[in-house]
Amino acid sequence: MGPLVPDLISNELNLILAFLFGIAFGFVLEQAGFSSSRRLTGLFYGTDFTVLRVFFTAGVTAMSGVLLLSHFGLLDMEIVYINPTFLQSAILGGVIMGLGFVIGGYCPGTSVCGAAVGKIDGMIFVLGGLVGIFSFGEAYPWVSHIYTAGSYGDLIVSQPLGITQGQFALLLIAVAVGAFAITTRIEKRANPVSESFRFPARIHRWAACGVLVLGVILALLPDRKASLLAKAADPAWQRTHPIQRISSDELAFHLMDRDPHVLPIDIRDAAAFAKMSLPDAINVQPAAMLGKEWRDTLGQDSKLKVFFARDEAGAIRAAGLAALLGYQNIAVLKGGFDEFSRTILQAPQPAEGLTQTADATARFRARAASQIAVLIKQGSGVKTERKVKKVQGGCGS
Amino acid sequence: MNPKYMNPYLAGFLLGLVLLATVFVTGRGLGASGALKSVVTSTVWAVAPQHAAAGAFYQGSHPQGESPLKEWLVFEVAGVLLGAFLSGVISRRLTFSLERPPHVKSWARVMGAFFGGALFGLGSQFGRGCTSGAALSGMAVLSAGGFITMLAIFGSAYAVAYFFRKLWI
Repeated sequence: MGPLVPDLISNELNLILAFLFGIAFGFVLEQAGFSSSRRLTGLFYGTDFTVLRVFFTAGVTAMSGVLLLSHFGLLDMEIVYINPTFLQSAILGGVIMGLGFVIGGYCPGTSVCGAAVGKIDGMIFVLGGLVGIFSFGEAYPWVSHIYTAGSYGDLIVSQPLGITQGQFALLLIAVAVGAFAITTRIEKRANPVSESFRFPARIHRWAACGVLVLGVILALLPDRKASLLAKAADPAWQRTHPIQRISSDELAFHLMDRDPHVLPIDIRDAAAFAKMSLPDAINVQPAAMLGKEWRDTLGQDSKLKVFFARDEAGAIRAAGLAALLGYQNIAVLKGGFDEFSRTILQAPQPAEGLTQTADATARFRARAASQIAVLIKQGSGVKTERKVKKVQGGCGS
Repeated sequence: MNPKYMNPYLAGFLLGLVLLATVFVTGRGLGASGALKSVVTSTVWAVAPQHAAAGAFYQGSHPQGESPLKEWLVFEVAGVLLGAFLSGVISRRLTFSLERPPHVKSWARVMGAFFGGALFGLGSQFGRGCTSGAALSGMAVLSAGGFITMLAIFGSAYAVAYFFRKLWI
């Protein structure tokens, strides 16, 4: 599952890949004509809409690919770098950049392309860019409050609009196709010898239909996360896919033994977990299992993974989700943590006059209560860390 | 000069695939201004280490014991330089020239490029990336901030384009 960094690709190899992806990026930008400032600024005067076409097409292509890959579970968006949203700073920065674009005729990436093919104005733009960044660095103490204001974290654009990511993709594709059609007419009027005449219109019409169909498919794709969670919670599915149940006594026996082949998985929230949990238990939020974070832990087939929550029903959902994700050797704690507390942790001292079996059980439970209490005390304060960290990225970090 | 460029939709599609591959393999998008920032911070650290140590902007960008130039984006932009050069060689577009409309004086274009670059550099710091790192890469991962920055860049450019028309048409 992607991204291949950080588990599959080392830091040094990642730098080499950066160079290779950069070559491809620069090559395509230059082939598109982005090394020419007059061509770039044509966008703002209606004479050349190349930038709009290339930019929108690239954005739609990459976005659709990201959505499809993550839908099929091939790309974990929990790990991919998502540009954080700082509202005021994003708007202010964009306004200043727009001004710089019109005055300078380039943006940083395209000025590097221009410089590479010998455009002196491109080289001077790069130089100016360095000076601009330096002045921000010098002014930082005075502007840092604007820079950090209005933080919304890794906000996905479709969330505040109240639509799904796929619906947003359809909307964006429709806007892009509409913009392509309209700007081509404007361009023909403003610049009668524009190159857009050279492209056969028929192919463009088919391509437009194609991407609109793609948009509709994206909008109709069910959210993989939501559908898996819904399936795991569906009683009918749970009936046909029963999950092994393990009793409190049996689990207590393994815990006292410190059996390395049994892994208790606490799916309650972090606060409840921190307050008290079973010895050697790890705290996993069910939704986090959809990503790469716990893949190595849950993928240990030789271990019996015992899911537990306060009651049994919550654990069954999480264990069902783990089973749906293809993990093996899964069980739930019968009666949940509540029953475990009642029967084991708070077990009374054996009373007089019990039958032989009841007496043995009561003695076992009393012994388990004291031993497990010690184990819990020893293990408390052990933090469970995320197994896979988010990728660092972006230009501002 | 060979004015024949690639079909913009095809170029956009290829650019999108490059970006998608970058995200799939490395978990991050493409960028440009971040590399310039690394050049600035490493220069300040080399020239005036005390000044750099006193400034929050330079501190945050100085990984311990590592040169700020050993950065993902620096390698990527070095690639952009080579890739664009190769494209220029293949399409025979390599020329030393100052590109400007005939009626614009050389010094005016030089000043425009310098101050435009400075503004873009400044803005890219507020925007946490430029057209590549914030707008395009942000669009690929559906970042709200990326879309906001993109709208602000192009909105502002259209709003002021009229006042600077003499520079271009």
